[in-house]
Amino acid sequence: MTCTDFLSKLTDYFDGQISPELLDEVREHSAACHHCHVVLDTTRQTIEVYRDNEIYTLSVEFQQRLHTAILHRCRQGPPQEDAPAAPSPDARHR
Amino acid sequence: MPAIEAPGTEEIHPDVALVERSRSGDAAAFSQLVRQYERQIFRVAQHITQNREDAEDITQDAFLKAYEKLNQFQGNSKFSTWLTRIAVNESLMRLRKRKTSKTVSMDQDVQTDEGSIPRDFAEWRPNPEQIFDQGELSDILRRAIQGLPPGFRTVFTLRDIEHLSTEETAEALGLSVPAVKSRLLRARLQLRERLSRHFKKRKQEGSAV
Repeated sequence: MTCTDFLSKLTDYFDGQISPELLDEVREHSAACHHCHVVLDTTRQTIEVYRDNEIYTLSVEFQQRLHTAILHRCRQGPPQEDAPAAPSPDARHR
Repeated sequence: MPAIEAPGTEEIHPDVALVERSRSGDAAAFSQLVRQYERQIFRVAQHITQNREDAEDITQDAFLKAYEKLNQFQGNSKFSTWLTRIAVNESLMRLRKRKTSKTVSMDQDVQTDEGSIPRDFAEWRPNPEQIFDQGELSDILRRAIQGLPPGFRTVFTLRDIEHLSTEETAEALGLSVPAVKSRLLRARLQLRERLSRHFKKRKQEGSAV
């Protein structure tokens, strides 16, 4: 396995979507190549540090405003749009 | 992808009952859905738009739009995925309204490998949470992810921060699974590279960034 092959398998490795054979190859390469070992370890830390630290939080004021708006709408009655011509919102960003 | 199953087949997702009650105008049921997902929807909108006021507007609009469209939700996917897709579309529309060249397109800059090829091979020891206080760390994390192209930071947000599966992310963004995987890899590598500058520097100098 080359370093390029190693990098291309990183997403499947972190997502646990890798065959046992490839997993062995990834581990062997990581043990033998210091640079790739560091990339693996620091990429894992990158994912973990974002998972463990909420960098954007809701304000209490906004939460109250949101719930007031939602209740106001619900009190006007059930949803008006009929089912379903389109099953989901459009995908203009595709 | 774990989908909401039809009654009588597999385990039914608890959101299905809340959606059903909401369809008949049950405010308590819809408020429960709002409480469950308001943080997630706000974070997604904030990560895409990088603007708190926009993210608050989008969060409110997304829930109101979801309410109006509840009869169109067919349960082929999770309610949260369907809702996220509404929020993503609202966020992208907001970006386009700003008409700034840096933020108009989800696809901008995603064809390049710039920044995705590892160049920094320094270890992070001790780990960042042991070095920085919460405020410093949050600031570094915000600045690093703000520097990613929108198409990368959105995929990273849905997969690695909001824990959507690859398939759910693909559905929410209208992308193929291979496209999500490709963007996720490059987003993770670019973020690693950006964070490494800070964490390595701190480790070497022993001083604040």
